Amino acid sequence: MADRRPIEQTLAQVGRPELLTVPGASPAKINVDSLSFFYGRNQALKDVAFDIPERKITAIIGPSGCGKTTLLRVFNRMYDLVPGAHAEGHVLLDGEDVVSTRNLLELRQKVGMVFQRPSPFPMSIRDNVAFAPRLLGWPSARIKTVVEQSLERAALLEEVKDRLNDPAASLSGGQQQRLAIARCIAVSPQVILMDEPCSALDPVATTKIEDLMSALMREFTIVIVTHNMQQAARVSDFTAFMLMNPEGRFGELIEFASTADLFNRPQDDRTEAYITGRFG
Amino acid sequence: MNRNRRRQSINYTSIAIAYALTGLALIPLGLVLWFTIAKGLPAASHPEFFFNVERPVDVPGAGIAHAIVGTLILVGIASLGAIPIGVLGGIYLAEYATSRWTDWVRLACDVLVGTPSIAIGLFAYALLVAPFHHFSALSGSGALAVLMLPIIMRTTEGAVRLIPSGLRESGLALGLPRWRVSLQLILPAAAPGVITGALLSVARASGETAPLLFTAFGNPFLNTDPTQPMQSLPVTVFHNALLPYQSLQEQAWGAALVLVVMVLLINLTSRYVLRRQIRLAGQL
Repeated sequence: MADRRPIEQTLAQVGRPELLTVPGASPAKINVDSLSFFYGRNQALKDVAFDIPERKITAIIGPSGCGKTTLLRVFNRMYDLVPGAHAEGHVLLDGEDVVSTRNLLELRQKVGMVFQRPSPFPMSIRDNVAFAPRLLGWPSARIKTVVEQSLERAALLEEVKDRLNDPAASLSGGQQQRLAIARCIAVSPQVILMDEPCSALDPVATTKIEDLMSALMREFTIVIVTHNMQQAARVSDFTAFMLMNPEGRFGELIEFASTADLFNRPQDDRTEAYITGRFG
Repeated sequence: MNRNRRRQSINYTSIAIAYALTGLALIPLGLVLWFTIAKGLPAASHPEFFFNVERPVDVPGAGIAHAIVGTLILVGIASLGAIPIGVLGGIYLAEYATSRWTDWVRLACDVLVGTPSIAIGLFAYALLVAPFHHFSALSGSGALAVLMLPIIMRTTEGAVRLIPSGLRESGLALGLPRWRVSLQLILPAAAPGVITGALLSVARASGETAPLLFTAFGNPFLNTDPTQPMQSLPVTVFHNALLPYQSLQEQAWGAALVLVVMVLLINLTSRYVLRRQIRLAGQL
């Protein structure tokens, strides 16, 4: 077990005592420390530092182009696909550096991701969930239980248990997104990153995903990027507000606090302007 | 009002011209089909045409079984070589290609597609015939494989590029190695497009004469040994059509008809498969 320091302590260590607004001694799962990110020569993030508490839901909000998704994609090194993209600084997952790790496969098993588009694999519902466990060489008995458990935990099993062999593309958009979540938790991640998971869904499907997130919080650390401030306020425990620096054209973390504090007592004028709808 | 009528008449005239030109363009195609069917059917309507081999002039019961079998073997061996390499190369171009090197690979592919097939035949002759001092089906298959390779690579690349990047990212986000995502997730999703490309290249190779003239050469007997010279449909057409005997020329037309029907079937199959790909890609 890596050390789980109280969040106050780690925040003090990274030299950002002004972020000490986070109440409650939740241990940090991910420490982001002076993280900068570049697409080739263009800087996309500068000096982002905050701690993501374990088994809580942390929302990242901000206007388009502020680097929310870029930040999220650092946590599982998804940016490796983009030529010329590189990160500086540190992102510690249980004390181990994500930015410099060589073991991407292990990292991505620990840090799962759910995307805006559910991208069902072109195969049956069952195979969608079983795909990764099979490729990882798990015994078939274990895969069978994992498929059922994952669908159950993703609140999808009831709806699909009689048609597990149907193509995944036959599911509705909301069901596909829950299938993507089931697929993700099948490989037992510790962190689940969600990139605008509800932006393509109707309100009913959105509610289902949000309920699901609250249930999953007991087992997983969840980080969600969302355009939707109401959604952040509804589901998250902590909220990070990001903004694009108008001179540098890079994204910055403006404020990180418990969701209640950030929405009720924002410390920064820009945060207040954003959440009260004066821009963005 | 007057202006409107003028516009309408211009509209109708241009549509009429477009239709007329389309009709004109279709005339050669229709004539080719008509001639092949009309002249080929007399020979191809005898069952023995498909089961017998060449006979001396005016001896009845001649057939093209050796050419049909030969074409199947020649194209089959060529496919065994070209399809795996072409598909993997296409995946490489679509999935891993970022450097300038890959632009060169792509350019080389396009140049190879445009290379006259007789030049490819000559290349196979120099590489696979001359050193061994005799013609062989294998050298013919080698020439056909070179011909098929760039077609397969480029169509595979196109089919893989059609797959939304979300699928790739979803696979990688599960902690799966990149090559397994490429081969076991992306490739199956692109399979119909890849199969279409492979089928089109097979159709193209089946109809090629020039690369076979001095590689597989030809053989009046039924031969299944790929190290020996082998007959093929296009070469049968080529040789028999040049001979001054009516019976042999009829056989050439018959062989041409068989070839056209074969290629047509392959093309129709590939279109059907491609339609499935488009439907599938829409769902992703």
